[in-house]
Amino acid sequence: MELLTTNNVWMMICTALVFFMHLGFGFLEIGLTRQKNTINILFKNIFIITVGLLLYCLVGFNLMYPGDFNGFLGFAGFGLDSPLTDAGTLDLAYNEGYTYWTDFLFQGMFAATAATIVSGAVAERIKIGPFMVFTVIYVGLIYPIAGSWKWGGGFLQTLETPFYDFAGSTLVHSVGGWAAVVAVCLLGPRIGKFKDGKPQAIPGHNIPLATAGVLILWLGWFGFNGGSVLSADPGLTSLTLVTTCLAAAAGGVVAALVSTLKYRNLDLTMFLNGILGGLVGITAGADQMSPTDAILIGAVAGAIIVFAVSLIDRLKLDDPVGAIAVHLVCGVWGTLAVGIFGNLAGGAQLLSQLIGVASYAVICIVSSFLIIFIMKKTVGIRVSEREELEGLDAHEHGMDAYPDFRLNEH
Amino acid sequence: MKKVEAIIRKSKFSAVKKALHEVGVNFFSYWDVTGLGNEKEGHVYRGVSYSTSDIQRRYLSIVVNDDFEDITIKTILHSASTGDVGDGKIFVSDIKEVYRIRTGEKGGQTLN
Repeated sequence: MELLTTNNVWMMICTALVFFMHLGFGFLEIGLTRQKNTINILFKNIFIITVGLLLYCLVGFNLMYPGDFNGFLGFAGFGLDSPLTDAGTLDLAYNEGYTYWTDFLFQGMFAATAATIVSGAVAERIKIGPFMVFTVIYVGLIYPIAGSWKWGGGFLQTLETPFYDFAGSTLVHSVGGWAAVVAVCLLGPRIGKFKDGKPQAIPGHNIPLATAGVLILWLGWFGFNGGSVLSADPGLTSLTLVTTCLAAAAGGVVAALVSTLKYRNLDLTMFLNGILGGLVGITAGADQMSPTDAILIGAVAGAIIVFAVSLIDRLKLDDPVGAIAVHLVCGVWGTLAVGIFGNLAGGAQLLSQLIGVASYAVICIVSSFLIIFIMKKTVGIRVSEREELEGLDAHEHGMDAYPDFRLNEH
Repeated sequence: MKKVEAIIRKSKFSAVKKALHEVGVNFFSYWDVTGLGNEKEGHVYRGVSYSTSDIQRRYLSIVVNDDFEDITIKTILHSASTGDVGDGKIFVSDIKEVYRIRTGEKGGQTLN
């Protein structure tokens, strides 16, 4: 009982830290985009958290953890249904690491993240209505169904060498990243991003906020990875925090170094993306790595970020915040790294990791393509040219993020 | 009466202000402006380099009596200069009349 209490308190702290990450995502996203779209971005992010949590309560949790099922799709019924003892109180034998309620809320905080990742990539040009529809379907159905394949005990968990994804390099970050790629391809670049085929800089309007966002995300990752131990196991939780932080640090340093050598310029935004790349990279195997492994995984992720950002530019894909490079490319890297570094390293594991990455690529690309393509052909997914130029805040919301920056009477 | 307008580097503003105070020019208005000029500033953002000729400058508007015209211009020329491209410009024009709003009086003495 005392152990359960300790475990459960740690899990609730981690739940709160993961919740806090949504502020980090919001800050990062508005920081790296233009002032005229700030309200729109925050509105999308707040929509994702609130509606995402309600959907996770309604269907998500029971789609993701359906109990015994065929390994591909199962559903344990609508709403929450807490296990009870004969006396009618909450059955604490549910799990030795957490109660039923904690389990739901911790997983619920994760669920919204996938759509938040997409939000950054499509920022400054997507119509808010279709984005909301996408969020509802993707967070409500696709994320939990895909998640059940591994965390719910589905077919990737029952492979001979089970696919391993500790806290979601693939299940959370790549799931968002694949949809981001699809959305960006269908949506097209922002006006002015490519001139005569060459990528142009569209600087973000508040780099201090972006910096705060990244540090908040890093803090949130203490819960994201630390909580994925699913108990307060002293050895595993502390190791996980160490590998998480070392990978973040290595990712940042290497990204800063590579971008400085490549561009002769100390670009803070690359430094920040490098930190996030390191965090996403370590997430798949944070509990299986030694500190040295973690530094190597983070360092490779940091280098990947710099080249991926420029590759995505060269492919004429416009990703204002670097979501594809951070969440998809580093998510795939981190997932494969479990087969290369650490306790699980080996050929069979690497193969299972590849199967996992491919399975998620298929469900995410197909489902997000269907959702977004149908909306593109029917209601349209892109704001008008005038709206885009004058800002989504004025047209979609009739609001101004910083009204005091105009001439006024007080 | 003359209006002396100067576009200067922001970094030179406090030197210009101090020099003007030293020669007795104590009242003027200023605001921040963006100018287009020969100077280019190089930037890099997320791996894309770009240069811009839009440059932040400070705009001073100083109205003085005729006998202060030369010393005001001389002071700005001296204190705002770095010798590099982009130091700015000074424009001088005639002022027809000046009023002090509080008392309604007009003429050169309102500038003292």
